[in-house]
Amino acid sequence: MDSALIPEGVKRCSFGKFMVFIGIVSLVLLWGVYAMLLCWLKGLNQTNMNDYYGFALWIWADLGVIALGGGAFFSGFLKYLVGKDELKNIINYAVLIGFICYSSALLILAIDIGQPLRGWFIFWHANVHSMLTEVAFCLSCYFGVLCIEYIPLVLENRQLNKVPFFHNLAHNMHEIMAVFAATGAFLSFFHQGSLGGVAGVLFGRPFAVREGVFVWPWTFFLFTWSAAAFGPCFTLTLTKLLEKVTGKKLVKDNVVELLAKISGWMIFTYTIAKIADTLYWAAVTVPGKGQTLMDFYSGNPVYGIWILVLEVIIGGLIPGLILITDKGRKNGFLLTTAIILACIGVSVNRWVMVLQVMAVPVMPFDSWAMYYPSWQEVATTVLPVAYGVILVAISYRYMPIFPQEKELNPVD
Amino acid sequence: MFPGFFEWIWDGGHMLFMGALWYALSIIGMGMTWCVIKAAIDTQQGKGAHHGDHHGGHH
Repeated sequence: MDSALIPEGVKRCSFGKFMVFIGIVSLVLLWGVYAMLLCWLKGLNQTNMNDYYGFALWIWADLGVIALGGGAFFSGFLKYLVGKDELKNIINYAVLIGFICYSSALLILAIDIGQPLRGWFIFWHANVHSMLTEVAFCLSCYFGVLCIEYIPLVLENRQLNKVPFFHNLAHNMHEIMAVFAATGAFLSFFHQGSLGGVAGVLFGRPFAVREGVFVWPWTFFLFTWSAAAFGPCFTLTLTKLLEKVTGKKLVKDNVVELLAKISGWMIFTYTIAKIADTLYWAAVTVPGKGQTLMDFYSGNPVYGIWILVLEVIIGGLIPGLILITDKGRKNGFLLTTAIILACIGVSVNRWVMVLQVMAVPVMPFDSWAMYYPSWQEVATTVLPVAYGVILVAISYRYMPIFPQEKELNPVD
Repeated sequence: MFPGFFEWIWDGGHMLFMGALWYALSIIGMGMTWCVIKAAIDTQQGKGAHHGDHHGGHH
């Protein structure tokens, strides 16, 4: 039925099967949309946020998808600015994932601000002393860059590409894509960093606060570094997942291994810096604020020292060590384990820097403030996942996302 | 948001923040304008006509 729209030389499932899949995922999407409408129509009383938790599940999801979507800017940086040409075979998918992650982040923020009709205030009445203003600027601009990177893929659809203007537009956009990629890398550096900077400048919260350089706390650099390091692992994880779902090999091993190697070295060096930062913080910063390390990891039902081990060792050092070794990258099981652990590691880092920060008592008379999200918060956080699945399904079906697919899966 | 508008102050913060914003927006805007105008000119010159569906992506 839709065969004229499917890229030439590749095989896709039947239209009926595709629509059943989209229909099932759309049910989840509708659940999220319903919760989103509740939040917009009835207000933020639909959430379990309170005076302790001005930032909650949504901001964790926001920071999480922004870090995981970092594969787009870093892959673009590597391909267009560093000259790693092999990455042309995976960069379309990295851009698609980045587009989904950043549009999801903006959607979550539109729900979180409670008054979406006033969302433009952050631009019009910009508070130039706030790191979050810079985040809003860079996030919006970078989403524009991602749209520009995604549009040529849409225009390369088999039918759209027959229209001369669309063909020429896609061609011209590719011609100067390096300019957009450089702009994207510049914007990403600052908004990833400022998201970390927000936690690092909280001088009233010893769990988060860090020393730094000039106006930038160390968390500024650690967040940028971690997004560049772990983002490609999310791209690789979703590539493996799509290969599993479609039953096809979509990207050659040398491309996967190259990205995994670069990511591995970034993760490994990031983890060393993170360990150094944690040791200095535990030995100097925290005692200087009148507390001890274990004050943050005891006396509550959830946050034990295990979360630090999960973040830094299991989700950082181990995947880093696996990915920097040739044997680790060539072993399918170890590679998959490493990239999944890396995704978990960076997600835990963002959780800790958003939610554990809020939970820790800061006054002598205070106690741990635990938080459980409402179903509306959960549904609106699942919403972008369903949206992402649908967009990946549509893009994979109708656009030439994987240039090597035809060669790796010849159709008889 | 714009120099001379309500709430605008000529200080380092505004110049840095808003300057960087307008710098990024200018690059994005000029880049896209160039792409669209060149695509229109190319199309008028007959480029891209009779293009088949053998496009595998330039990225």
